[in-house]
Amino acid sequence: MYRYDNYDHQMLADRVAQFRDQTSRYLAGQLSDSEFLPLRLQNGLYVQRLAPMLRIAIPYGMLSSTQLRKLAHIADYYDKGYAHLTTRQNIQFNWPALAEVPDILAHLAEVEMHAIQTSGNCIRNTTTDQFAGVSADEVEDARAYCEIIRQWSTFHPEFAYLPRKFKIAVCGTRRDQAATQVHDIGLYIVRNDAGDIGFRVLVGGGLGRTPVIGSEICEFLPQQHLLSYLDAILRVYNREGRRDNKYKARIKILVKESGVDNFRDKVEAEWQAIKDGPMTLTQDEVERCRAFFHDPAYKDLPAQSDTLKQALSSDVMFAAWYQQNVAAHKKQGYAIVTICVKKTGFAPGDLDSAQMRFVADMADTYSFGEMRIAHTQNIVFADVEQDQLYQLWQNLKTQDLEADNLGLLNDMICCPGGDFCALANAKSIPIAESIQRRFSHEELRDIGSVSLNISGCMNACGHHHVGNIGILGVDKKGEEYYQVSLGGSADNNTALGKIVGPAFSQDEIPVVIEKIVAVYKKSREPQEAFLNTYNRIGMEPFKDALYGSKDKSRSAQGAAS
Amino acid sequence: MSQTLIKDGSISTDNWVLLAADTLGDTQADKLAQHDGDDIIVPLNCWLEIREQLLARPGKTGVWLQSNETPLALAEDLSRLPLIALNFPAFSDGRAYSSARELRQNMGYTGELRAIGDVLRDQLFYMARCGFNAFALRDDQNADAALGALTDFRDAYQASVDRPEPLFRRRA
Repeated sequence: MYRYDNYDHQMLADRVAQFRDQTSRYLAGQLSDSEFLPLRLQNGLYVQRLAPMLRIAIPYGMLSSTQLRKLAHIADYYDKGYAHLTTRQNIQFNWPALAEVPDILAHLAEVEMHAIQTSGNCIRNTTTDQFAGVSADEVEDARAYCEIIRQWSTFHPEFAYLPRKFKIAVCGTRRDQAATQVHDIGLYIVRNDAGDIGFRVLVGGGLGRTPVIGSEICEFLPQQHLLSYLDAILRVYNREGRRDNKYKARIKILVKESGVDNFRDKVEAEWQAIKDGPMTLTQDEVERCRAFFHDPAYKDLPAQSDTLKQALSSDVMFAAWYQQNVAAHKKQGYAIVTICVKKTGFAPGDLDSAQMRFVADMADTYSFGEMRIAHTQNIVFADVEQDQLYQLWQNLKTQDLEADNLGLLNDMICCPGGDFCALANAKSIPIAESIQRRFSHEELRDIGSVSLNISGCMNACGHHHVGNIGILGVDKKGEEYYQVSLGGSADNNTALGKIVGPAFSQDEIPVVIEKIVAVYKKSREPQEAFLNTYNRIGMEPFKDALYGSKDKSRSAQGAAS
Repeated sequence: MSQTLIKDGSISTDNWVLLAADTLGDTQADKLAQHDGDDIIVPLNCWLEIREQLLARPGKTGVWLQSNETPLALAEDLSRLPLIALNFPAFSDGRAYSSARELRQNMGYTGELRAIGDVLRDQLFYMARCGFNAFALRDDQNADAALGALTDFRDAYQASVDRPEPLFRRRA
């Protein structure tokens, strides 16, 4: 993974000192709340329902065991012993004391971590596919480009006070697991006929109040122009994005209102003025960044592991986990393991400090001391020898990390919701748990691949629009209700879910999900996944099952709300 | 406390008179007469309307832009303007950062580029990197502290006005 040099270290040290000074001025009453607000947000610090929340950047999800141990230390000494993995591949603490945040940042700096631009109206953590670099079907490892973008976006002087937050994703794998199309900028790495690397550039995607799928504004951007082109897009957005209404301030609204062709022309004009200038990437820089992501010292292993084969035939529980959580690796004899942080009874994506230390040890033993955080709030060990999978699984069981539900109904994306978040309209963690408790292990396997995404408000941190099943917490006259949508997807064929009808109460949700699943099971063809069945049969059968002959007054009330 | 100006890295006396948008208009001639001989900074619309009259005055003339006004409006005038000021109606309105870069990097403006309005020490470093060389601090700001903020960071990753080579071209 990327390692800091003196320049990176020095800038980070300067940042910690700057924020320490800002915090002390705030605490001394020399900075008003509104003046301190963007400063703390650009250091990841929110003021939450019960306490501040500190969101720490995990650049494009890459995390080392040393860093995770440091996070465990912070969890124990400055928080309540746990942390939460986020859908931007970051991690957040829910209980730090504001006055101690500069100390936490100093600890993080020791292990090349920070909370820079994890919040606020600026360029956020760039994300990518959690299988980057190890997937068998990859155009190019996205991580070097993510690092180049990380450096360009970090302390970018022009774009720290944008109309609204700005998120970039880069995808270099053929199967998109990064939700690239619902980002402010989505970059697909492509090769042209000559074999040169470039980017297909999408702009104006996003979730939140108005979900939009990004539009292509450049079919092939040669890689050396990456930064000048990003600068041009951001400058047009910074100048012209709406600032009169927070809910219309994202770039998606600007692209929609100006029309994609018009927007493209503006970017092009801006780009022509700066193209081929000093921002042009050098081959040296691309190679320098690539070198940080070269393959680790893989062994030459046989394609088939006898140890694995034996374990699979002797232990059905292990076989179930293997089938669900282990993916093919580009290197013979290795495998990609996803540790699903979604065990029933635990908040989705939450890790306690003991688990963090344990995962760090496991990464050291089994995966070259590194891991990735997936936007689906799971942990990936990218380089595990097939021979060692059984051992690893047995170890994971001792810390409640052996959930074999990757990609199944209870591997849900779920925001912290009303239990923690000041923005939330409704709780989401108890909803997740009530659904998890509803389905048995056998039922989940029978249902198969389906994504269930839960957000506690329309800011959509839980990506509910792009879940095959989406749940959105809404406030109805002071009561928590849940709106259900179907048909969303965040993959190469990204689609936005459609709302089934009037919202449900918390108690109704498990039954609602059960009814949705029943329609699917009744209608599916052999081997047909939930989304495909939905796309084939449409919304009506689900609607009928959910509202059917139920009292019409309710539907009417829902339609009016 | 009165307003402090930081210019070219030191605390400086301000000889310019900033004319607000509503002080000029139908009675421009009268208003201008009050400032006869002063160096004045006028709103963009005033400049566009009576440019020649302004240039004929004994004092110097600069122009200030609101954050939604584009510097392209001054494309033909840059060599005649010793000062351009960009207004921050609120420090969180970041449009002037782009205008500053536009003026410096794309349009080649070399005169004084001044930040006015809600100008606070915690934003000065980024402003300077985008090409501002003068800062009319908000009244309550401590000038010495603000000067220090110009060196909050010893280096930066990006290409910027004060240092056109991005770090990746300089990394040893």
